[in-house]
Amino acid sequence: MKRQIPLALVFIFGIFHIFQYFVPHESSEWLYEFFLKWIYIIGIFALALGIWSLIRVSWDKVKHRRPNWPYALITLGGLFAMIIFGFDYFRHFFTAEGLQNYMFRAFFDYILIPIQSTMFSLLAFFIASAAYRAFRARSLLATLLLLSALIIMLRFNPYLGFFGDYMEKTASWLLNVPNLAAKRAIIIGVGLGMVATSLKVMLGIERQYLGKD
Amino acid sequence: MNIFDRMMSLDRRWVFLLLAVVCVVTYVWPFSIPIRTTDEVENIFDFIDTLKEGDYIFLGIDYDPNALAELHPMTYAIAEHAFRKKLKIIFATLSQNGPGMADQAIRDITDSVKLDRTYNGVFYPGRTIVNGVDYVFLGYKPYFALVILGMGQNFRIPFPTDYYGTPLDSIPMMKGILNYDQIKCVVDITAGNVADAWISYGQGRYNFPLALGLTGVMGADYYPFLNSRQIFGLMGGLLGAAQYEKLSDNPGPAMDGMRIQVYAHIVIIFFIIIGNIGFLASRKKRMGKEVK
Amino acid sequence: MEAMSFGTFIWTTLGAFLTLCIFSFLYRDNVFYKIAEHLVVGVSAGYFVIILWHNGLQPNLFDMLKDGNSYFLWLNSAQPWYVIPAILGAMMWTRFSKKWSWVSRWPIALYMGIATGVAVPLEMKNRVNLQLYASMQSLDWGNFFGTGFLDAASGLSGLIVFLGTLAALFYFFFSKEHTGMFKGAARFGIWILMIGFGASFGYTVMGRISLFVQRIQYIGDWTKVTWNPSSGGGFITFWFLTFGIFAVWAIYEIIKFFRNRGEITE
Repeated sequence: MKRQIPLALVFIFGIFHIFQYFVPHESSEWLYEFFLKWIYIIGIFALALGIWSLIRVSWDKVKHRRPNWPYALITLGGLFAMIIFGFDYFRHFFTAEGLQNYMFRAFFDYILIPIQSTMFSLLAFFIASAAYRAFRARSLLATLLLLSALIIMLRFNPYLGFFGDYMEKTASWLLNVPNLAAKRAIIIGVGLGMVATSLKVMLGIERQYLGKD
Repeated sequence: MNIFDRMMSLDRRWVFLLLAVVCVVTYVWPFSIPIRTTDEVENIFDFIDTLKEGDYIFLGIDYDPNALAELHPMTYAIAEHAFRKKLKIIFATLSQNGPGMADQAIRDITDSVKLDRTYNGVFYPGRTIVNGVDYVFLGYKPYFALVILGMGQNFRIPFPTDYYGTPLDSIPMMKGILNYDQIKCVVDITAGNVADAWISYGQGRYNFPLALGLTGVMGADYYPFLNSRQIFGLMGGLLGAAQYEKLSDNPGPAMDGMRIQVYAHIVIIFFIIIGNIGFLASRKKRMGKEVK
Repeated sequence: MEAMSFGTFIWTTLGAFLTLCIFSFLYRDNVFYKIAEHLVVGVSAGYFVIILWHNGLQPNLFDMLKDGNSYFLWLNSAQPWYVIPAILGAMMWTRFSKKWSWVSRWPIALYMGIATGVAVPLEMKNRVNLQLYASMQSLDWGNFFGTGFLDAASGLSGLIVFLGTLAALFYFFFSKEHTGMFKGAARFGIWILMIGFGASFGYTVMGRISLFVQRIQYIGDWTKVTWNPSSGGGFITFWFLTFGIFAVWAIYEIIKFFRNRGEITE
């Protein structure tokens, strides 16, 4: 029962939705929309699991004074501050005024955006370092990759003079011909893989999502 | 230790410093570079430019602050272009931090459209953009593939209310707008798998014109969909945003950023070249030692 | 330049300070970076909670269940069956219990069933069928070599796309040993793949650099406002304060570096 019923549910709902795609009858559409409305609600509860995990881990660190526990306090402080502002200082639970709260917006615009975007901007430096240390023309294939990358990078360079136009056309041809062929093959492969994996899940061959007994 | 060995063992922080200095100097030094436009971006501009006043478009702001640099300029350029043409925009977001990005973008764009401007020789008087009349922001829902499918049936299935809590049925702009059938096109600006979902679950099932604005990392991967006409336009990275800004005659942060990009790319290519020179020299030295 | 309100300027200064905190990681991991990193984790999680509540649960569940203006007397709700997905969602929370975690499998099964069911026909159509169809278009024999330099619309380019796609698919077929003609086709396939990956790498470099470019623009805009004469002297103080903190830290690191080097030499 602990595994059979979930496997049966996966099979029934999976088969229904495959056939629903080919049977756009009114009643099939109605059932499809009915289940879609349910799944949004179930999904939201699932996402809340991650938040609870974060609170639990951070609180555990603070409570038992584990290494770097003050930073966990900062995490919890930020989390609860956003919750307080988001509910408009607990004045509006069931209306969306909290989303317009000045502090809620300010924390997003001036804390979350600068930090997240700067964290990813560090990648610019790491890619420069990687280009210097790792990007070697060791073989014909590596040279092909390197040349292709250089052409794309020089594509919009205005200092190439006479060669600028040809570089742009080469880059455009590269993207629309060999790159297209390569990516198309990958897309077809991925598509077949996704269909195969979905069928495996539906037929109960793939059961990892159920977890351990 | 000869010069090639020193080159190979250079502390990476010097590489960081050189890149940072070049980018900052280029930012401060005032110059501009010409931007060439490509067919894939022109298709998007031409499509939106030929829409009539009152037509609806759907703009998906499906990215987080980590992709802000490349995608925010696209959002600003397209939304301002659409508002100037008096199109009606349905905004929605399918990424976790997208609501804040969209909220910020809508605030800034509505302020910008209040000003009189001339683009491509056409004078556009400033006007006040009203929520519910000129645009609606649906907000966010998780599980983007299922949200895209739900919107294809009826926008009210995943989004019974807009982001601000107003029921969709009481929003003037949404009267008679059920699903993608009433929308002229969907432009999805995204940094993740949402693009695949829009192609497979959105355009693939409901057959609406779809264009994508993508980060540079993903830019090269979607040409097959352009070729198979599953998407009609593609903007890749900051270059795509700069091209759209040029086409709409609305220079912004993307065109400004491209001039810094040129020099940053020259620095990267310089590092690749000297790295390979060092590698080849040390390989030659190693092979020479082996022969002896 | 438009004048910025003092309140907005203080927030922008905080944003600039946090940006520099993250950039300090490029030298080495330090307390500034750790504070900013942990702060963003908490703020991001808190933000997500609010969005899930106001944009998710509120319109899709509570509004569906409410009876008139009341959110608590759901017994008279016009749509009481919405309690079922709420119960299924709550069943997800049993995942934390060793004894009852099997209960969470039911809503997971529901989700997996729906997700896999919609995926099969749509992925097959859009990723496989339409892509194969696009590969098998008629070649333009009349314009085989194209007009101008490297014409992507020429018949030759179309042939390269068709053969390249096939060859790349041959490369990924590992159920047969790559020998003879198969090996030749796979070799051509890997060349095509390498060109494709190179194009992606070129775009990736552009993408990564543009992330840093935007940060320079952000700091630059903040500096312009700080040094704007109409802002008055007070704003400049914040510029010096912000960079001053990192300058003091940099001086401390330099002194520490030379001290350590001196000790090693001794």
